[in-house]
Amino acid sequence: MEKFTVLEGVAAPMKLVNVDTDMIIPKQYLKTIQRTGLGKGLFSEMRYNEDGSENLDFVLNQPAYRNAKVLVAGDNFGCGSSREHAPWALLDFGIRCVISTGFADIFYNNCFKNGILPIVVSPEELEKLFEDAERGANATLTVDLGAQEIRGPDGGAISFEIDPFRKRCLMEGLDDIGLTLEKETSITGFEAGMKTDRPWL
Amino acid sequence: MSTSASAPRTLYDKIFDDHVVSRQEDGTCLLYIDRHLVHEVTSPQAFEGLRMTGRQVRAPHKTLAVVDHNVPTTDRSLPNPDPESAAQIAALAENVKEFGIEYYDGFDRRQGVVHVVGPEQGFTLPGTTIVCGDSHTSTHGAFGALAHGIGTSEVEHVLATQTLIQKKAKNMRVTVDGQLPEGVGAKDVVLAIIGTIGTAGGTGYVIEYAGDTIRDLSMEGRMTVCNMSIEGGARAGLVAPDEKAFAYLKDRPKSPRGADWDAAIRYWETLRTDPGAFFDTEIRLDGASLPPIVSWGTSPEDVISVEGLVPDPDLIEDEVKRGAKKRALAYMGLTAGTKITDIALDRVFIGSCTNGRIEDLRQAAHMIGGQKVNARVSAMVVPGSGLVKAQAEAEGLDLIFKEAGFEWREPGCSMCLAMNPDRLSPEERCASTSNRNFEGRQGFKGRTHLVSPAMAAAAAIAGRFVDVRNWPHAA
Repeated sequence: MEKFTVLEGVAAPMKLVNVDTDMIIPKQYLKTIQRTGLGKGLFSEMRYNEDGSENLDFVLNQPAYRNAKVLVAGDNFGCGSSREHAPWALLDFGIRCVISTGFADIFYNNCFKNGILPIVVSPEELEKLFEDAERGANATLTVDLGAQEIRGPDGGAISFEIDPFRKRCLMEGLDDIGLTLEKETSITGFEAGMKTDRPWL
Repeated sequence: MSTSASAPRTLYDKIFDDHVVSRQEDGTCLLYIDRHLVHEVTSPQAFEGLRMTGRQVRAPHKTLAVVDHNVPTTDRSLPNPDPESAAQIAALAENVKEFGIEYYDGFDRRQGVVHVVGPEQGFTLPGTTIVCGDSHTSTHGAFGALAHGIGTSEVEHVLATQTLIQKKAKNMRVTVDGQLPEGVGAKDVVLAIIGTIGTAGGTGYVIEYAGDTIRDLSMEGRMTVCNMSIEGGARAGLVAPDEKAFAYLKDRPKSPRGADWDAAIRYWETLRTDPGAFFDTEIRLDGASLPPIVSWGTSPEDVISVEGLVPDPDLIEDEVKRGAKKRALAYMGLTAGTKITDIALDRVFIGSCTNGRIEDLRQAAHMIGGQKVNARVSAMVVPGSGLVKAQAEAEGLDLIFKEAGFEWREPGCSMCLAMNPDRLSPEERCASTSNRNFEGRQGFKGRTHLVSPAMAAAAAIAGRFVDVRNWPHAA
């Protein structure tokens, strides 16, 4: 997993609430057996017209946001299914940070497994970030995970909370499975205990 | 958070505590996973990860794989019409062989939607931790199992380590009391709960469903309620296991037997919330006053009584919310103020992990009463599993459906998410017993209304929504 330390880039505003994982990556893209290449399907039902051409009204099709690295979105982002194809699609497009007032649990969790930082801010802070993002390429954001702050184009900063363990994993690009396997003795011990306590399992 | 064994604990606290392998200072835990369900869509990258790192599946016998999302519901002796679907199914077949995992393929009579299969086989047991790369894993909570969806990276983590890195969620209790009116069922209960708490209301929580309405539900009904916990934002829902749960599980193929069964029952009987245990949030609903419910928008929280009118978004103060509901109405092709019972339908889908079980099919068949599906409507029934299908056929339900003009299909996820050829055309309107009415969920620009099996069957006959409490044709 790629490390996440400081990210600087354009933020795209998406003023929708309850953006669900079917919107982020529709089902026809779930048939892949790869993790990569899903960027073309990101938000595809909003991004493309029925004939396959680009919908120029959609934010990520506008010149200023084609290379956006940050997405600023309405509440309850990522609700719906557990498909990790949603963060894979965001990552493949180039988005490594999503900012909202709230995220669905499974999506939030999936982001951290893929080097994407989801940030929860207050409604007032989200409004400010929407305003910044609407200024397009003239207004880049800097997301500093170490300092836990988002720095705006005008010098203002918004600080955010993050679980310390998750922060460490992101900053060091750690492999969860490798970390857990270091505790193999504990797992084996737990399994031995289960044989006595719950032998039917 | 309750950590002391002597303090009163919730059902969730107890199951969580009994599965902690290790706990870090910041509260992050390594949680042991008893049961892992695997399907073809969210697992290929996980198996590939194992191969790339040279890792094995730690406990193949605690893992069960089944194909469900991509399979056609038509004659399976014919080749899969979609080469990508066929490739994904072939990948699962190869992976289970390489890693030694039990697998129900598309020709196995036990095959079906993963959340119908688990309980049916007795793979789902009270007090266990169950995960699957599918958000509707919450279904298994009906048995008092801590069950939730995970992403593919976590699927790989569980395959390799039989554990998951977890932090404890908060506790919410939803209590529903009172006798449900005739024609109102588990689906209406859960849609009403989601309408009350909102689609993000359960975020960060595990919900325990309690109260006599929940206790009076069958296991199938409790599964319907727990299934849609995720639509209320909660990763997991729970019902304390009781005699009904034990009776359902007795003598299932993978249920414990003999002395193990007796020991299991003794443990399972301890799986209830202690008096005085702390819930971060409590919600109460009156079951006796619930009507049949229909969703009108593109979020599962957009629900209203069948007697109601399509709501007016202009009455919403918040600008972003008003915008969202206006967008939903435009997508759904509806006008504010329209009576729900004036909404005409093109399609009806009865099935899914929410409502594809035998009791759901009985309730749907019961509404038909010798009537025919409306000439404007195309209707299909997709049993949740091969065993549900066989049971329905033994009871003659298939004949009732077929004589009325419903299509009777092979088991799978089907038009709940439309990964197989079963899908809506643009602007087609569907009464669906599934769980999500998101934009595009059942097909590009398709319009989904979430309802109970009884409401869906009656709508198929009438060609529009009807109040099943006043439905004269029920058998």
